[in-house]
Amino acid sequence: MPSLKALRTRINSVKSTQKITSAMKMVAASKLRRAQVQAEAARPYAERMERMLRALAASVAGSPTAPPLLVGTGADKVHLLIPVTADRGLAGAFNSNIGRATRNLARKLENEGKTVKILAVGRKGRDYLRRELASRLVGDISYAGKRRLEFTDAQEIGTRVTQMLANGEIDVATIVYNRFQSVISQVVTEQQIIPAPPPPEGETADTSGAIYEYEPDEETILARLLPQALAIQVYRALLESAAGEHGARMTAMDNATRNAGDMIKRLSLNYNRARQANITKELIEIISGAEAV
Amino acid sequence: MPISLEIVSPERLLLSRPVDMVVIPASEGDMGVLEGHTPMIVMLRGGTIDLYEGDRVTDRLFVNGGFAEVTPERCTVLANEAVPLAELNRTDAERQLAEAESAYADAAKLDTAAEDAALDAVQAARARVEATAA
Repeated sequence: MPSLKALRTRINSVKSTQKITSAMKMVAASKLRRAQVQAEAARPYAERMERMLRALAASVAGSPTAPPLLVGTGADKVHLLIPVTADRGLAGAFNSNIGRATRNLARKLENEGKTVKILAVGRKGRDYLRRELASRLVGDISYAGKRRLEFTDAQEIGTRVTQMLANGEIDVATIVYNRFQSVISQVVTEQQIIPAPPPPEGETADTSGAIYEYEPDEETILARLLPQALAIQVYRALLESAAGEHGARMTAMDNATRNAGDMIKRLSLNYNRARQANITKELIEIISGAEAV
Repeated sequence: MPISLEIVSPERLLLSRPVDMVVIPASEGDMGVLEGHTPMIVMLRGGTIDLYEGDRVTDRLFVNGGFAEVTPERCTVLANEAVPLAELNRTDAERQLAEAESAYADAAKLDTAAEDAALDAVQAARARVEATAA
């Protein structure tokens, strides 16, 4: 049986932990709202970009000079994985899910005899992969301390990937991120970004059959549009992941706050029991002392 | 008849409203877009977009390059940045031009693609300086 004093300190320490977790939960909730607004605002551009890209891709399809960003290098040898994680922990399984998915994907590809390279985005993912797959890590990017993700951040990643492709260092690139489904659920998504993924089935018709004229020609536009489209895909993944991170942290901190509450309840019960037992013991001592006289 | 114009940047939808005519700075010369225009996808250079209602210019915005999709009913401009002319600042514009020019000097040593991109950036920066004077 722990002493009364020990129990008291224990209760106080759990109470202060609870204060911290509930504050973190509220911070995450407000950040989540901001991240959701930002993700929402990025949608129109991405949708229109996709529409244009689809029209262009259809018009250069089959051409031997189609750019590698669109059709790949023709090989399927070297895969680049881009896991997107948060820079901070305390968000439940948010970061480890990405780490695990990346590890499994890397294993699977290597079993198929392919080479894997990893470009880690976010500090947590970098730390994890440095332990697990250090030899495959070719670089890392982190936005720790940045208040707001900007499009230029995504462009930076896009440029790096494009450069690697142009240098013949990679054939296929896949981005692994947490897609924000709801506050309590983030879905680990593996999305291929190079070569550009084929349009989803049944949606090819919605270019409404319009035959566009191009100025200048298709290929010049494509050469400029594709890096931009790549950056947009990365940008969306980053935003989804940011919203997911705050959602995951909110849920994790909510659970932590509740667990702390349960623990306080249990400890208080023990404390009160011990206190009563002490009083009873003292009374018995007094009474039996009086009887002995 | 109005044509619906949309200007979007990667970070948000900047403008969406019907206008009578819009003049966009296409890569091979300015292009006036009215309702019923033939479908086109064009690349933009840095320059100003003029919005017409009736025969008056109601708004002028500077864009630093991008793309535009034109269909008979709408005109969609995908720009990295679009700023109303009134909000442009001469000294900032000149500083950006200087930066773009030095970047171009570096890029010229690399491959032609980088050189082209840097040249476009210089052109966009120069257009920005000109736009502040307008």
